[in-house]
Amino acid sequence: MLSKRIIPCLDVKDGQTVKGIRFVNLRQAGDPVELGAAYAGQGADELVYLDITATIEGRGAFLKLVQRIAARLNIPFTVGGGIRSVYDVEALLNAGADKIGINSAAVQNPQLIDQLALEFGSQCVVLAIDAKKERDSWLVYTHGGRSRTDLQAEDWAKQAVQRGAGEILLTSMNHDGEKSGFDIDLTRRIAQAVNVPVIASGGAGRMDDFVQVFQQGKADAALAASIFHFNEISIKELKTYLKNHNIEVRL
Amino acid sequence: MKVAVIKYRAGNIRSVYFALRRLNIEPIITDDAATIRAADYVIFPGVGAARPAMDDLKESGLIHVIPELTRPFLGVCLGLQLLCRSTQEEEVRGLGLYGLEVIRFPSTGKVPHMGWNTIHDLQGPLFKNIIEGAYVYFVHSFYAPLTENQTVAVCDYLVPFSAALQQDNFFAVQFHPEKSGLVGETILRNFLNL
Repeated sequence: MLSKRIIPCLDVKDGQTVKGIRFVNLRQAGDPVELGAAYAGQGADELVYLDITATIEGRGAFLKLVQRIAARLNIPFTVGGGIRSVYDVEALLNAGADKIGINSAAVQNPQLIDQLALEFGSQCVVLAIDAKKERDSWLVYTHGGRSRTDLQAEDWAKQAVQRGAGEILLTSMNHDGEKSGFDIDLTRRIAQAVNVPVIASGGAGRMDDFVQVFQQGKADAALAASIFHFNEISIKELKTYLKNHNIEVRL
Repeated sequence: MKVAVIKYRAGNIRSVYFALRRLNIEPIITDDAATIRAADYVIFPGVGAARPAMDDLKESGLIHVIPELTRPFLGVCLGLQLLCRSTQEEEVRGLGLYGLEVIRFPSTGKVPHMGWNTIHDLQGPLFKNIIEGAYVYFVHSFYAPLTENQTVAVCDYLVPFSAALQQDNFFAVQFHPEKSGLVGETILRNFLNL
């Protein structure tokens, strides 16, 4: 049976792992390659590396880092952050990334999704959505949560999948960094609206949050960062807990 | 030991290269027919679209070289699909080593089939020391159906399908051993011990 996936996320800036709390206030959390390999050894199903470096020099460094990650890891990993073009994606895939995550560039130019799916296949195109709840709807934000758009998260997810996105990485901006649980309503809404896997992100604090997002939220995978980086929850412990709650996991 | 990885327009060949490096093997990545014929082991990886991949094999002439190889050969993911007779993906004709038509998953579930799934009914040397129900990593939208004589591993997703096939020296896996943790490493090692 297809298992639910547990995905640690590593934010990378200038070659180091950091984690933003509500997208600001960064704290250091170690070497990205070593940390990733340690997670793989503990039973992580995949990893996401997010490049939050803004400079051109930083970009080149990230590409080298991707090569080091690919050489070391024996599980799949996705890279994202600042990807603008087919050319960027080609460079990252050639460096050894399995999938790439796009966000702002896809909102600005939705045809980028079509181009990437055609050129590299849907299986490597992950659409990242940062959604914020305002009244009864979830709006899409771009540029690391700084720019608001008029797009409804559900409409955008559907459109992106139609264009060729193979997976949705869905982050609740309201829940991110709060450790009060995933946004179950948002996750379920998107997971039921599209026929590609949905990775829930933002808000993991306790092991039961993962049970809820899989059982109630219908997520295919769940992503978290700080609870893993600071050893608040170990992946092995989490997976055992999930298995005891009749959730299919790879142990 | 000479291990050739076939180079063609089919996405992420580097991940197979890195996986072999982790096993202390330095593979030759090549589209040269003579080098491929001279290799002890040949790996045929691939992700992405079938048509450009097949066009590329035609252009390089490998479409005629591959079926005649006699050394252990391992197709991975798209590599497995291209070894079949044909695929529904854009009606592409494959290399025909397995007499199967690769078909698209039904729309009754999420496609692509992405993530870790269990394999069972394991047969043959590729799965030595692999337990029934072991998890491996899949990413694909099309699948090879079950066949009585060539299926050597089964996976269930929406329908049961061939997770691995074997015909003589031609082995193929739908999952990605290079991304399947320690289980995947064991399978690659088993192949290189053939």
